Amino acid sequence: MNIWKSCLFGAALALLTSTASFAAKTDLVLGIVLEPPHLDPTAGAAAAIDEIVYANIFEGLTRIGPKGDVLPALAESWAQSEDGKTYTFKLHKDVKFQDGTAFDAEDVKFSLERPRSDKSTNAQKGLFAAIDKVEILDPLSVKVTLKQPNGDFLYNMAWGDAVIVAPESADTNKDKPVGTGPFKLDNWAKGSQIVITKNPNYWGTPATLEKATFRIIPDPAAATAALLAGDVQAFPVFPSYETIAQFQADPRFKVVIGSTEGETVMGLNNKKPPFDNPKVRQAIAHAIDRKTVIDGAMFGFGTPIGSFFPPHHAAYLDLTTQTAYDPELAKKLLTEAGHPDGFKTTLKLPPPTYARRGGEIIAAELSEIGIEAEIIPVEWAQWLDQVFKNKDYDMTIVSHTEPNDLNIFSRDDYYFNYDSAPFKELIKQIEATSDGPKRTELYQQAQKLLATDEPAIFLFQLPKTGIWDSKIEGLWENGPIQANDLTAVKWTD
Amino acid sequence: MLTYASKRVLIGLVTLLAASIIVFAVLEVVPGDPARLMLGMNATEDAVRALQEQMGFNQPLLTRYFNWLGGLLTGDFGKSYTYSVPVLDLIKERMAVSLPLAMTSLVISTIIAIPVGIFAASRRGSATDTAAMGIAQIGVAIPNFWFALLLVYLFAIVLRLLPAGGFAGWENGFWPSIKSLILPSLALALPQASILARVTRSSLLDVLGEDYIRTARAKGLSRRKVLYYHALRNALIPVLTILGMQFSFLLAGTIIIENVFYLPGLGRLVFQAITQRDLIVVQGVVIMLVAIVVIINLLVDLGYAVVDPRLWSRS
Repeated sequence: MNIWKSCLFGAALALLTSTASFAAKTDLVLGIVLEPPHLDPTAGAAAAIDEIVYANIFEGLTRIGPKGDVLPALAESWAQSEDGKTYTFKLHKDVKFQDGTAFDAEDVKFSLERPRSDKSTNAQKGLFAAIDKVEILDPLSVKVTLKQPNGDFLYNMAWGDAVIVAPESADTNKDKPVGTGPFKLDNWAKGSQIVITKNPNYWGTPATLEKATFRIIPDPAAATAALLAGDVQAFPVFPSYETIAQFQADPRFKVVIGSTEGETVMGLNNKKPPFDNPKVRQAIAHAIDRKTVIDGAMFGFGTPIGSFFPPHHAAYLDLTTQTAYDPELAKKLLTEAGHPDGFKTTLKLPPPTYARRGGEIIAAELSEIGIEAEIIPVEWAQWLDQVFKNKDYDMTIVSHTEPNDLNIFSRDDYYFNYDSAPFKELIKQIEATSDGPKRTELYQQAQKLLATDEPAIFLFQLPKTGIWDSKIEGLWENGPIQANDLTAVKWTD
Repeated sequence: MLTYASKRVLIGLVTLLAASIIVFAVLEVVPGDPARLMLGMNATEDAVRALQEQMGFNQPLLTRYFNWLGGLLTGDFGKSYTYSVPVLDLIKERMAVSLPLAMTSLVISTIIAIPVGIFAASRRGSATDTAAMGIAQIGVAIPNFWFALLLVYLFAIVLRLLPAGGFAGWENGFWPSIKSLILPSLALALPQASILARVTRSSLLDVLGEDYIRTARAKGLSRRKVLYYHALRNALIPVLTILGMQFSFLLAGTIIIENVFYLPGLGRLVFQAITQRDLIVVQGVVIMLVAIVVIINLLVDLGYAVVDPRLWSRS
C-alpha cells in the first residue's frame, strides 16, 4: 500500500513540476439544456443556435453588449442621414472568414439581401422589412437605405439572425458554420457536445480561451450532478431552480442571478368571450398573486412585471401595483362583467416548468373567484399549432424571450387576438423615433396602455440563473439576448 | 429446421412492412408543423412556406411513402429536417453508444442473474434463497433513474472516480468511453438482473419438479449433475425469451437513463426528434428498431430450436 502511495505521490509531483509555470486554464466546459437543431443563426429560431454561435462564431454589423446596448462589430462606425433613412457603414479592414475568404462589402450586401428574398427561411424576416436597398460604395463601405426611418434598425442588425455570412459558405452553415468571429467550430458530436476553438486569424481582440465545449444536459438533476462532479464548470442558464440554494452555499461556485428579455405572460384569447370583456381580463389579473406564482413555480427567482417590458430597461415602469393581488376586487369586477359565479375555461400549458407549475398555481387562484380553468398540457409543436397558429385556446402561459418585442401586441392576427388602434399607433411612433427622451415617453405610454387593457396577464420576468466555477470571469450576468459570448471569458488562476 | 427458419424469416419481413405503414401513417396524423417549430413565433408566413417547400412537404402522401420505402431498401433513410444530415448517419452515431450500453448491461445482468437464480433454486426455501429473492424484489421495485442518481452521487460527486454523465466518444479512446458507460450500464442492469434471476429461479424450480428429473435422480445421478445436465438446459427457454425482450428494451427503452446520464443514445434521438417533429428521423429510428427486434426474435426462435430440438424435428 505504501509503495503505491509513494508511486502516486511521485507521479503527481512529476506532473506538477512538468507544468511548473501553472499557466491559467484555457479550456472551459459549459452546460446547455437544449441542443441546437443546426448552427446557422440565419435559418432558425431556436435560442440554442445563438447560445453557441452568437459573438463566438458569427458577427453582424453591430452586436448586443452584455448590458443590452448596441455596439459596433464588423462595422467600425456608421453615419445616419438627416432624414434618418440612410445608414452608411464603414467596415473593419483585413477581416477574414474562418475558411480564409476575405470579408468585404459584397458579403454585407449578400447577407442583408438574402433574408429578404422569397426563398428566405430566416426566422426573423421582419427585421429586414425596413430595408429598401443596399449599395456598395467601396469594398469597405456600404450604404443601406430604409423605406422609412426606423429607430430599431441598428438594434435589429445586431440580432443573431442578421449576422454576416459569406456567399461561399452560406448554404453549408447549418452543419459547418463559417463566420468572422473569434472562435470556430471544431467538432459537433450530435446529441452530446459542441466544441469550438480559438480562431488564430481573428481580426479583433483575440479570445483568452483556447477551447470551449458546450455539453448538452437536458435533465435538471443531471445538470446539478455535472456541476458538482466538476464535469462542467459553468452553466450559464441553470435549469434546476430547486438546487440553486445548494450552490449558493458552496464557495466553489458563483451563483449569478440576472435578468433576461423573457416576459412571462398568461396570454388570453381577446376575441373569445368572456375574454373580450376588459373587466374579465382585469378581474383575472387581480385574482393572481404574482409572488405566489414566482415562489411556487420558480423557487423565488423572477421579477414581477405589470406590463410587457423588461425591468432592466431604462424606460421601464413598475406597474405591478395597478393589478395588485386583490381577490375581492376581482370578484367585484367579475360580477360587473356579468359573471358573478365565475365561468368554466381552459388553460393550455406548454412544457417549460414555469408554465406547468405556474399554471397549476394560477388555476388554483382562479378557482377562488369562481373561474374553473381546466389544465391542458401540450407539447411545443402542439402549442404552436393550436394556440399560436390556430388561436384555438382560452388561456395559455408562455415566456416571450425575444428582445424588443413590445410590438407583438400591435400585430394583426397574433395569437392574443388583441386589436387596439391606440396601441398600434404608439408602436408606429416608437418605430419611427430614435433613442432619446421622446422614445422613453412613448415606451411608457405603451406600457401603461397594456397594463390597463390587460390583453394578457403579465406575470414575471424570466431570470437568468447562472452558476459557474468561482474562478471564471467574463460570463454574462444578464441575458439581453440568448447568447453565451465567450470573447471575454477567462480563468483567474 | 429449414422450413422452421424460413417461416420465421417470412413472418419477420411481413412484420417490417406492416410496421413501415403504421409508422408512416401515425406520424402523418401527429399534430404540429416542423417548419413552424423550427422558425418559431416571430417567423413570417412566407418564410414558413419556403421552409415547408424545402423540406418537401408539398408532395402527396403516397409519393412520400413510396419515396421513403424505396429509399429504405437502398439504405437511404432520408435527411433529418432539423440537423440536415442523413438519418442513417445519426442512427449510426447513436448506435455507437446504445449498442455497447445495451450489451454491457445485458452482460452484467446475465453474469449476476443466472448464477444467483441457479443458486437460489438449488437451495429453495433456505435463508440464502429468501435473501437473494428479497434483494431481487427490491431490485425490481427501485426505479432505475433513482438508482442512477445514487450511483452518480457516490461515484461521481463523492469519490470522483467516474464522470457524472456524458459520453467521451470512441474517437477519444476506448477507456474514457467505457468509463462513461459504467454507471449507466449498472443502473440499467440492476432491474434487469433482478427480473432475470427470478425467472431463472422459478423456471428451474418448475423443471426440477418434472418426472424425468426424479427418474434421473433415481438412476443415481448426483443433484449437481441433474441440475446442470438435465434441468438447466430445459429451464433456459423462458430465460432466453426474457433476455431477448430485455435486449430490445435496452436498445430503445433507455430514454430515462440516457437523460439522467445525458448520453447521446438512440432513445434520446427519438425523444428529441418527436418533440422537434423531425418525423423522418422518428420514422427511420422506429423502423430500424422494429428490424432489430424482429432479428432478435428470430435469433431467439432459432435459439429455442437449438436448446429444444423437438421444435424443428416436429416441423
